[in-house]
Amino acid sequence: MIRFLTHRVGFGAGVLLVLSAFVFFLFFVAPGDPARMIAGDKATESQLQQIRKNLGVDRPIVVQYGAFMQKALSGDLGFSYRNQQPVAPIILRRIPVTLSLVLGGALLWLSIGVPIGIMSARHVGSLRDRLGQAFILIGLSFPTFVLGMMSLYLLYFLPKQAGFTLFPAGGYKALSSNPVIWAWHLALPWTTLALTMAAIYARLTRGQMLDVMGEDYIRTARAKGLTERRVVWKHGMRAALTPLVTQLGADIALLLGGVIVIEQVYGLQGVGALAVQAVANQDRPIIIGVVLLGGVFIVIANIVVDLLYVLLDPRVR
Amino acid sequence: MSTVTTTETSPQTEVVQRGSFALTVRRLRRDTASMAALCVIFAIIVLAIAAPWVAAMTGHSPIEQFRDTGLSPAGIPVGPGAEFWFGTDQLGRDVLVRLAYGARVSLLVGVFASLIASLIAVIVGTTAGYFGGAVDLVLSRLTDLVMSVPFLLCALALVSAFGPSLTLSVAVIVFFSWAPMARVIRGQVISLRRQDFVLASRSLGAGPLSIMVVDILPNLAVPIIVYTTMQIPNSIVFEATLSFLGMGIVPPTPSWGGMLADASSNSLYLVAWWLIFVPGTALLMTTLAFNILGDGLRDALDPKSARTMRRLKRRPKAGAKP
Repeated sequence: MIRFLTHRVGFGAGVLLVLSAFVFFLFFVAPGDPARMIAGDKATESQLQQIRKNLGVDRPIVVQYGAFMQKALSGDLGFSYRNQQPVAPIILRRIPVTLSLVLGGALLWLSIGVPIGIMSARHVGSLRDRLGQAFILIGLSFPTFVLGMMSLYLLYFLPKQAGFTLFPAGGYKALSSNPVIWAWHLALPWTTLALTMAAIYARLTRGQMLDVMGEDYIRTARAKGLTERRVVWKHGMRAALTPLVTQLGADIALLLGGVIVIEQVYGLQGVGALAVQAVANQDRPIIIGVVLLGGVFIVIANIVVDLLYVLLDPRVR
Repeated sequence: MSTVTTTETSPQTEVVQRGSFALTVRRLRRDTASMAALCVIFAIIVLAIAAPWVAAMTGHSPIEQFRDTGLSPAGIPVGPGAEFWFGTDQLGRDVLVRLAYGARVSLLVGVFASLIASLIAVIVGTTAGYFGGAVDLVLSRLTDLVMSVPFLLCALALVSAFGPSLTLSVAVIVFFSWAPMARVIRGQVISLRRQDFVLASRSLGAGPLSIMVVDILPNLAVPIIVYTTMQIPNSIVFEATLSFLGMGIVPPTPSWGGMLADASSNSLYLVAWWLIFVPGTALLMTTLAFNILGDGLRDALDPKSARTMRRLKRRPKAGAKP
């Protein structure tokens, strides 16, 4: 077990190393001069030289990368090209928005997706199964931004035109100030995220339940006279849990790195929106920071999922 | 295809021998959902091919701005009507014509990127699965690595470094799409390479390349076809997402994602619903059709799996239901 975990942590560190090298060297080989970006078109050559010296971009690339990694390990990701502020706090400030969106969304998509999957699997071939399957197919096919824009039009703009406000247009209100306002502002983004993600979970649950419900021990559980609810949730779902946890860990991690599209549609100032703005501004230190943060989330999630396996599945122990 | 008629006395009990291709087509044709999906895909292909004719028919080019007829005096786009069937956008361009040209981009990128991604997946998966050992270790780690990077963020970084273009969009989609399929192919090849027919081939003196291509590859046809079909909608949405974020197809070339991005900027779609509902529905119909077709193909190509098994499993359940 310990060996397995060190192996996983090692692979995680490798992922981060490759990822950091990838973005770092990417911007080195890419066209564009950071000094020119900061100073503007009117700067003289000597001013540019001075800025390059200050940024340290006049040194060899390997030296730059080494210096960057050394600082990054202590949490210093450099300074934004745009407003000269340190990168790490800029990113950290964005995290509460993204975290609220993802965790709330995850709760919602699990409570939509898993019951639909179970319903579909318990009544295979029936009308309810076909409805469940239709939900899965439509959810998998709906591009997030199309769903987001359509919901904004139908649930924000049309009611507003009719004279009442059903949902706000977006924006983020802090949880600490008023939880109700917080939830109200996030309701549409949550639903948009959850409806597209729930399909994945419904399909996964359905497939797992179909496999599990044919097992002998389910028949035993029924023969014991357990209620159907108990058979499904306690005995059936127990076995379906492991793949669900894997998927959940991967999805949450990927989304924490930036729910780029939804933040963009609903004007939420989260990590994803920051990434898009940084790309538009060519603010390379921020892009590097966000990509690395996304990588860190994924690596941590992988390790957490591995640990959860041990709790969930006695065979792994 | 060989159709052998038996020499039975009664013509009613005619036995027809069908190849696996014919059987697959038969199963697929019985599936109404797949057939409907095929019709939708066919319609979109026709729309894409006919784009110049659509432009000629309406008399509007995709990038021409009709400031007099296509915009209201206040500068608001004109809704669907006799002159502009699907309305106009914020610059007074014909949405229908742009939709038709956008279909070209979506289909081209979707199909092209999926095919290249599948090709890479097959090469990587077959090599890793067949050779095993160190080769497998390196290739599997590489696959894991690609699967555990935040792909949209990396795509943004790539685009910001090199500037958006069609080629870069395809490259980015391919780079982040081949890994899951490679993993599936690898698993299949590992079980296939232990089969007797591979052993037989080797004993006849066949080399690794010959075994991989001649013996193993035909057995991978089903996963390759199904996964490639399922990858097409993913690639289409990926391209549309990149364009939506302003990092895909460069304007003024019409693309569905770009049209939605235009509608989204300045929240223009709130006064002009057709700007999201027309390209949005087109995008949804396309991805839905490919996903349904993928599902149908999987069931039709592999009668042992999915549907038949479900029917078998349903029987004991029906009696057990309270």
